[in-house]
Amino acid sequence: MATLTLSQLDKNYGAFHAVKGIDLDVADGEFVALVGPSGCGKSTTLRMIAGLEDITGGDIRIGDRVVNDLAPRARNISMVFQSYALYPHMTVGENMGFTLKIAGRDKAEIDAAVAEAARALEITQLLDRRPAQLSGGQRQRVAMGRAIVRDPDVFLFDEPLSNLDAKLRGQMRTEIKQLHARLKATVVYVTHDQVEAMTLADRIVIMKDGNIEQVGTPDEVFNQPASQFVAGFIGSPPMNMADAVTTATGLRFANGLELPMPPGFNVAEGRKVVFGLRPDDLYPEGHGIHSEGGHAVTTMDLTVDLSEPLGNETLLFVDLADKRFTGRMLNPRRVTPGEVMTFHLDLSNAHLFDADSGLSLRGA
Amino acid sequence: MDENATARLKKTASNWTLNVALFVAMAIICLPGLWIVLNSLRPTVEIMAKPPIWIPQSLSFDAYVAMFSGIGEGGIPVISYFRNSVIIAVTSTIISLAIGMSGGYAFARYRFKGKGGWFLGLMLTRAVPGIALSLPLFFLYARVGLIDTHAGMILAYTALNVPFTIWLIDGFFRQVPRDLAEAAQIDGCTRWQAFWQVEFPLARPGIASAGIFAFLTSWNEFALASQLTRSTDSKTLPVGLLDYTAEFTIDWRGMCALAVVMIIPALILTYAVQKHLVSGLTTGAIKG
Ligand SMILES: Nc1ncnc2c1ncn2[C@@H]1O[C@H](COP(=O)(O)OP(=O)(O)OP(=O)(O)O)[C@@H](O)[C@H]1O
Ligand SMILES: [Mg+2]
Repeated sequence: MATLTLSQLDKNYGAFHAVKGIDLDVADGEFVALVGPSGCGKSTTLRMIAGLEDITGGDIRIGDRVVNDLAPRARNISMVFQSYALYPHMTVGENMGFTLKIAGRDKAEIDAAVAEAARALEITQLLDRRPAQLSGGQRQRVAMGRAIVRDPDVFLFDEPLSNLDAKLRGQMRTEIKQLHARLKATVVYVTHDQVEAMTLADRIVIMKDGNIEQVGTPDEVFNQPASQFVAGFIGSPPMNMADAVTTATGLRFANGLELPMPPGFNVAEGRKVVFGLRPDDLYPEGHGIHSEGGHAVTTMDLTVDLSEPLGNETLLFVDLADKRFTGRMLNPRRVTPGEVMTFHLDLSNAHLFDADSGLSLRGA
Repeated sequence: MDENATARLKKTASNWTLNVALFVAMAIICLPGLWIVLNSLRPTVEIMAKPPIWIPQSLSFDAYVAMFSGIGEGGIPVISYFRNSVIIAVTSTIISLAIGMSGGYAFARYRFKGKGGWFLGLMLTRAVPGIALSLPLFFLYARVGLIDTHAGMILAYTALNVPFTIWLIDGFFRQVPRDLAEAAQIDGCTRWQAFWQVEFPLARPGIASAGIFAFLTSWNEFALASQLTRSTDSKTLPVGLLDYTAEFTIDWRGMCALAVVMIIPALILTYAVQKHLVSGLTTGAIKG
């Protein structure tokens, strides 16, 4: 295993600037998830690390080696493709042992390594099959097995679970997590499923338009989003947002609604801001959890437009400051549209962003 | 009768209809071939009889015996023709395949300037009938001394086959997902190894088809060969057929016998290669 360092990494496709000078340090054994909307440059970044794409500028270091111009095979990495990219003309066993065969290892050693990886992934009974004879989930395991057999410095995953159904995805997510714990591997994992990122990663890198918006632990990017973009991207359902202007005592929204200044923010009067509140922090009285402290709860009566029962909770849609806000109701009871309920707004977890730059105003 | 029985009956009936139709079609396709084999075994009188004699009355291998006996005894230099045909067809096929693989791969995998134009241009050369080229080619070859040489014929046939092999092989490489070669490179292959270990085996059906096609084209070609060959140094089997035409007579039996000799290697080759023609090798590479 090894560290991975990207410095000022750049990629141009002709005139199109796909990756704009990003910096990233991945520690030895760390699991880093790359998330962001479609087309933001996640795959491009991963492919540059793998050596499948030339880099336009900057440096890639694996361990203490600069690998900018090395061929993929010289970088000692493994990659699990979104498509799995299994070799259809080889059996599962041959697929997994291919890397050792190319390296010229002898048959006994290859067989042992394949058998061990197969045991870890519980695919021993599949070793003689061809990829065409496997289900999607089995192919996924084989692809991971192939990566493990190589025993690389860095594992690269490009949306490995996106072709699986929801249940299988959850199961494989757990397995990847266990695998990482066992192998203590350095991993860069591209996904646009934020649940995967939150559950698997030690740190999450949120990308947008070829730039890194924020790097942080799952807790940091969720609770202290550096920008409006990150706040909207992480968390499901997404954070509620509304434009507001700061006043001497708090915030005033376009429709005249006023709220106290959320704790932790100290913003000068008259500034245009975006107010953000997660659905968890907007709940009917008796159906939510106050944050510790709980001193910044504001109460107001709101009309429920629509409700979405999910079983363990119900999402409520209300009109607040002329925006549709989503609230979360724990221990749900039946709610009829049009019902007026008393809501609590837990402002101690609210966020303020600068209306122009979109950057968080926390501590500003 | 209940619905299921009716359905079953319908299925059986349509199966039989299909079988009969297939039999008729195959009979029509195979009849000329069988007719040639039959005619090679019977005397000219019977071949030329009107109305045709369907059931042969006397069969003999005379024509084959005569063919291989020396010149003057009704024989022709069939061994030389055969050797020429093999050398020319095999060599031009190998070259066409080599160029077809490189070209097809390039068209399938790389982006370069004027790609569409190049491709169209290659295809357009196929639109020119070979025979139209025979006269210019004759003059050209006469100048550079390629008339009546193996090299000349190999060159001509390679030129004839390359556009097709490129086109066919390109289609097969396109079906091989790019991810596979990339995965192979990550697994430790050089670009070259990735090609031979992964992409080549998966495109093999296309390469085999292109090979059969190129071989048969060269093996059977008559028009160009009749212009560009002169002697036993380079005459191929199809041109050799002409040896059976005299000024006023045509030895149909001998011609048919030579035709059979020509068909056999082509059949053997096709049979040998067909196991590589299994398609669908790429299924299972990616998710679907
Ligand atoms: N070969 C290429 N030529 C030109 N532009 C490209 C090429 N490959 C990718 N791009 C562009 O670079 C940008 C980043 O692509 P990339 O594949 O890295 O996105 P991504 O973040 O992985 O998106 P997704 O979540 O959809 O996979 C996209 O706008 C894409 O159109
Ligand atoms: Mg991608």
